[in-house]
Amino acid sequence: MDQLLQHVVNMLVLGGTYALLGIGLTLIFGIMNVVNFTHGILYTFGAYMMFIVVHQLGLNFFLALPVAIVAGWLLGAAIEITLLRPLRGADIDTTMLVMIGAWIAMQSGALWIWGGVAKSIDNPFPEAPLVIGPVSVSWLRLFVLFAAALLIVIAYSLINLTKLGKAMRATFQDSDTAALMGVNVSWIYTSTFAIGSSLAAAAGALLGPVYVVFPQMGDLAAVKAFAIVILGGLGNITGAVIGGFILALAEELGAGYVSSGYRDAMGFLIIIAVLVFKPTGLFARAERVG
Amino acid sequence: MTRTVSLITLAFFISVPLWLKDPYLLNALITTGIFIIGAMSMNLLLGFTGQLSLGHIAFFGIGAYVSALTSLGYDVPIYGDFHIVHTPWPPIAGFALAVVISGFCGYLVGKLSFRVRGAYFVIVTISFAEVVRLVALNWVELTQGPLALTNIPSITIGLPYLGYLTLKTKLQNYYLVLAVAAVSYFLISRLVHSHYGRAMRGLMENETLAVSVGIDVTKALTLTAVISAAIAGAAGSLYAHYIRIIDPEVFAFISTVTMVIMVVSGGKGSLAGPVVGGVIFGLLPVLLRPIMAPEAQWITYGLVLIAILFVLPRGIVPALAPKLGFGRPQIRPKPVVMTERTAEEHA
Repeated sequence: MDQLLQHVVNMLVLGGTYALLGIGLTLIFGIMNVVNFTHGILYTFGAYMMFIVVHQLGLNFFLALPVAIVAGWLLGAAIEITLLRPLRGADIDTTMLVMIGAWIAMQSGALWIWGGVAKSIDNPFPEAPLVIGPVSVSWLRLFVLFAAALLIVIAYSLINLTKLGKAMRATFQDSDTAALMGVNVSWIYTSTFAIGSSLAAAAGALLGPVYVVFPQMGDLAAVKAFAIVILGGLGNITGAVIGGFILALAEELGAGYVSSGYRDAMGFLIIIAVLVFKPTGLFARAERVG
Repeated sequence: MTRTVSLITLAFFISVPLWLKDPYLLNALITTGIFIIGAMSMNLLLGFTGQLSLGHIAFFGIGAYVSALTSLGYDVPIYGDFHIVHTPWPPIAGFALAVVISGFCGYLVGKLSFRVRGAYFVIVTISFAEVVRLVALNWVELTQGPLALTNIPSITIGLPYLGYLTLKTKLQNYYLVLAVAAVSYFLISRLVHSHYGRAMRGLMENETLAVSVGIDVTKALTLTAVISAAIAGAAGSLYAHYIRIIDPEVFAFISTVTMVIMVVSGGKGSLAGPVVGGVIFGLLPVLLRPIMAPEAQWITYGLVLIAILFVLPRGIVPALAPKLGFGRPQIRPKPVVMTERTAEEHA
């Protein structure tokens, strides 16, 4: 029972960042219909921004997070404008392959600039974990959980309460009609990609200090993000949040009770199971797949 | 016309070892050839049915592991004292088993994943490949995990007049790979020009229409997946017996990407596409190696992929073939005319 409680606490910490990754990707995938293979590299990028700000510039840990988010936003916007904007109307396979090309180029770029050696990021929190009864959690992880929750709330309000969010949702439902109503669909796409990318960078910046930072860290994160999106249903923000926590729970329980070697297999098994049995995702309204 | 071109190309490849004596380049050609076989099998799915399998390396890796384990033998505890013990078989049996088992995996994956299309199909296939990779990494009793399977024997074949021949040298392996590539090319060419090939293209162009005239879409797709996976498995087996050491890195996603790049740059849906794209992208690292750091090579790789998609979205062969005078069969498959007769063929 104690062990289970500990797994649930770990799940909450992990699930928060997974939800961020998932929201970012479900926005891009859902609104733009782009299978975004650069999502993982944005996650890596966020973690490296954290490393640069904390270690190379020597600035405050808490300042690094907003810097990583803004940098992710800018990089996302740049990718969208240079690579995706000229390909409007191209089929999904073409944009997917362009994204794969960008991913390879950027990941190798990260390897070139920062080298393959994993780096760890110092944090200002006390070493001793917070112990409540049978459960212990490090202060850093607690911070990650709260920061992720805050960012989820911000993203949620951005999409549901602002004018930009309304335009994004309209574009998701029917881009032609949205354009006829005066929505600048092209800029909505750019904003969507930039916001999604900044969320991925935020997730990387949050998990970077928890684990270590290396150029390939985003690969698994990207596939996990796809798992979350599929679990939650395309373009479904609430689904992505719940999906993030379900994936985290599956990984925690899989690692705890099956074998830690198969921890990362959970996301893939979830993808296969969901697509085989309920291809529209667990929380989707009627939505055609394919 | 195309047949002549194919034969001239084949004759050219046969002649290569006669004038190319550099062992490093020959090695590059052999590994490129193995990947071209993989790319041809991927092209069968991507170019002729429109399904992008980004887990294609799974079939390649399964072929490599099946072939290696068959020829090395294993002793795996299953439950308690119950062991599965296998004594080594000749590598050629491993090759045959690799083809059969990869094909069977293709059948299973096809059955499961052809319920979904487009991006979802892509993600299911990636997931399959990653699960297989994690099994290869963690089932240490069978696969040695990250310690790798070593000392995989070279393929021995029985030849008339020559007796048994163990293919150890680069020259012998080059001709082995070339032979398998030529047979695969021939098989794929026969398949896409058969009535199954017409069914495949029909459902790529308009699946709803194909179904409405009575084409059994799942059957056509599954058959394609089986053949495609079997050929990829053959390539994997060749890889295992040539390199003679395999570890779970054979399932690396980047290898699938390499195949995709070969297919897309050469021209998906054209038989010659993967060969042209494969030769270019297989040998590009060899050309870049003296002038660039490895990371810069990969950056170039990614940028070249993007450039090709921007400039020649349909690929090199379909863009250039008409200008060189041989247009018809290589460009795009002929548009499928759905008549009642074609429908009856598949009924």
